[in-house]
Parts: sequence; C-alpha cells; structure tokens
Amino acid sequence: MLTTALRMAGEEELPNPLLPAFYDILWSSVIFVVLLLIFWKVVLPRVQALLDERAAAIEGGIKKAEEAQAEAAAALESYNTQLAEARAEASVIKEKARADASKIEADLKARATEDAERITAQAHQRIEQERQAAFSSLKSEVGTLALDLSEKVVGESMDDSRSAAIVDRFLADLERADLQRDGVNR
Amino acid sequence: MTLLASAANEPEPFHPPSLADFFPQVFLFAEPTIPWFEDDSPIFGINRIMLVRFIAAAVLILVFVLGTRKMKLIPTRGQSLVEMGLGFVRDGIAYDLLGEKDGKRFLPLLTTIFFMVLAMNLTGVVPFLNIAGTAVIGVPLVLAIVSYVAFIYAGIKKHPGAFFKNSLAPSGVPWFLYIIVTPLEFISTFVLRPITLTLRLMMNLLVGHLMLVLFFSATHFFLLSAGGLFPLLSVGTLAFGFAFTIFEIFVALLQAYVFAILTAIYIQLALAEEH
Repeated sequence: MLTTALRMAGEEELPNPLLPAFYDILWSSVIFVVLLLIFWKVVLPRVQALLDERAAAIEGGIKKAEEAQAEAAAALESYNTQLAEARAEASVIKEKARADASKIEADLKARATEDAERITAQAHQRIEQERQAAFSSLKSEVGTLALDLSEKVVGESMDDSRSAAIVDRFLADLERADLQRDGVNR
Repeated sequence: MTLLASAANEPEPFHPPSLADFFPQVFLFAEPTIPWFEDDSPIFGINRIMLVRFIAAAVLILVFVLGTRKMKLIPTRGQSLVEMGLGFVRDGIAYDLLGEKDGKRFLPLLTTIFFMVLAMNLTGVVPFLNIAGTAVIGVPLVLAIVSYVAFIYAGIKKHPGAFFKNSLAPSGVPWFLYIIVTPLEFISTFVLRPITLTLRLMMNLLVGHLMLVLFFSATHFFLLSAGGLFPLLSVGTLAFGFAFTIFEIFVALLQAYVFAILTAIYIQLALAEEH
C-alpha cells in the first residue's frame, strides 16, 4: 500500500509515516553499526588515551610543584636554622666580648691601683730615706755647728769625747721634746 | 483553496507541505524487491532521505576521525571543539547517570546515539538537504530498539534471573497490588519506552520540517505568485521561517540530548539494585 502510494506520488492516498520501508530499516541499521564501530574502536580510544596522557601530565606537574615546594620549605628551614645559629653565636661572642672588656678593665684598674700603691710606697720609702739622710747629715752638721759655736762662746776647745757626749745629750733632749709634742698633738 | 484557485493562472501554484516529502522516489536499487513485504519493497532502495543520512554519517565520520587524529595535550581550537562534544556526552550523560565504571561500558553506545541523532536532526536546516534524516521512522525506530536491547541486556547482565522480577514486581508493594502493578510496569517499561522514544524523535522532526516548508513555501507563493498586496505578507512568513529555523536547531540539539539521556536513564534503572 505504502509503496503504491509513493508511486502514485502526491495523489489522494498519503503514505503512513509510521510504517517503515524495508530499506529504511536496513540503511538505518547499517549507518548505526558503522558509526558505533567508528566511535567504539577509533574515536573514543583516541580520546581516552589523550585524557589519560593529560591526567598523567597534570599529575606529574602537580608532583613536580609539590617537590619544588618541599624543597623551598626545606631551604627556608635550613636558612632559619642557620640564622638562629648565627644569632646565638653572635650573642655568645657579644657576651664574651663584654666579659673580656670588663675583665680587661678590672685588670687595668687593678694594675693601676697596684702601680699607684707601688709608686706611693716607693715615694714614701724615698722620703723616709731622704729624711734619714737629712737627719743624719743634719745631726752631724748641727753637732759641729753647735760645737763651733760653743767653742767660740767658751773660748776653748773641748775634747772630742766630752763634746760628743754633750751633743748626744742635747739631741736626746730634742728628740724627747719632739716625742712629747707629738704625744700632745695626738 | 479559493485563493489557490484564483492564483491558478500564475506560473507557480502554492505547494503545501506534504507527508509525501518523506517518501521520495527510490532512485537507486529499486530492484531487487521483497514480494511479500509492503507491496514489493526494494531491499536496498536508496531515495533522497537515505542519501541525506549517508551524507550526515559521512560528515560525522570525517569530523570525528580527522578531529581525533594527532591529538595534542594542549588542544588546538578544532580539537577542543571535538573534545567538548565528546566530553559533553561522556561527563554530562554517561558518567553523570551511570557513574564512571558503567558509564565507560556504555559510552560508545551513548556517544553514537547522541551524535547520530544530532547530525541527522541538523540536516533538516542544512540548505539543499532540507530534511531531517530522523524525520523518517527508520532511524528513530532502529535507535529505540538499540536502546531497548541495551537496557534489557544491562539489567540481565547485572541481575541474572532477578531483572524481570525486579522490573515487573517491585518489592515493598502488597502482593494483591501486583495484579495492577505488574501489567502497568510491563507496559510502561517494555512496551511504551521504545514507542515513545521513536515517536518523540520522529514527530518532532517531521513536524519541524512541515512547519519550515509551510513558511518558506508560503513566502515563495506570496512573493512571486499571489500578486496584489500579498507580497507584504511574505515578509512575515519569511521572518517566521527564519525563527523556526533557529528553533529547529534548538530542537535538533534537545532531541539528541533527550534520546541519549533517556537511554542512559533506562540503563541506570536496569542497573539499580531494586526498583
């Protein structure tokens, strides 16, 4: 009926579009099978291979980035450690320098004190010696002067033994007087 | 018809769209025929519709075989377009509904269905082809049968022996309701699914073609044959024809998507543990 209608081409009787012609089904099936095979065996495997490759590349990239990050973190860590070590070392050095400086200062001070003391002691000693020397020379000169003077006053020479005794007694008196004055002053 | 009659002296009469458009003359392999089938139906007959389908299939093969040759990690513009199309079916339909494992199994089938329907839908708006390869029942019917076989196969493979019981006698229903439920489930699952798949696709594209023919043939008639003030009307009909062409492109995409996603849903339901 259908094909008759077709052959009558545009007459009153229209073909029923719900009834498939045999060749319609045949060629539709052929086209479907061909397309299925091409998508199944050619196109989709290629795309799958590409997707796998791409995923691998992305994973590789991520891994590389992670490695780089880990490396950077390790470097930062070591820099920080080194920095901390350097800081600690610097503070130790500073501490030591301060200690050294104060020690040197103390040494210098001690030595200066010692020097001063020594110089003072020497000065005292020398003063004492000079005083002794002055005292002894004065003692003899004063004796001689006194004797000369007394000889001139008395008009006669005194023998040495008597004169010596007199001088000694005079000096002893002087010393006693000195001591007494010292004691009063004290 | 009086209008047509009054314009009869003009060189071109109005050509209304006709169902005969979908059954053009078999111009190749009119022999041999099957004597007992539909009044000597030609076995290998090729008419205009078949030719349009061959062209659509050839374009698909060219695009995808050439488009996936020498693919690069960083795609060129053409490659990313091809990848986008294939990725839409893979991620948007197959993996989304079936998961990655089952989605991969049925991906070739779903991809073929989607792109075959899409290409043959789009021939309806391609100049000189001007008819959708899916507007004639052969392709929708074959693909509906494929979809039908696929979901039954998936169900039997996943639940050997229990698939039909699960489908026809869903658990959690009181036993006496099976008298009603089982026939309903049988009709909706095993009878209506392929029929609705076939008719939805075919009728959408068939009516789309009739509308386009109506608008463009009316434009032609008003402009060249009707005379008087009628050419003014041709502006309107042409605008409608243009709008419907855009709409047909949308319908072509939508129907391809619907066919593929329904197939995926049927497979998903068949794979599900219980209904």
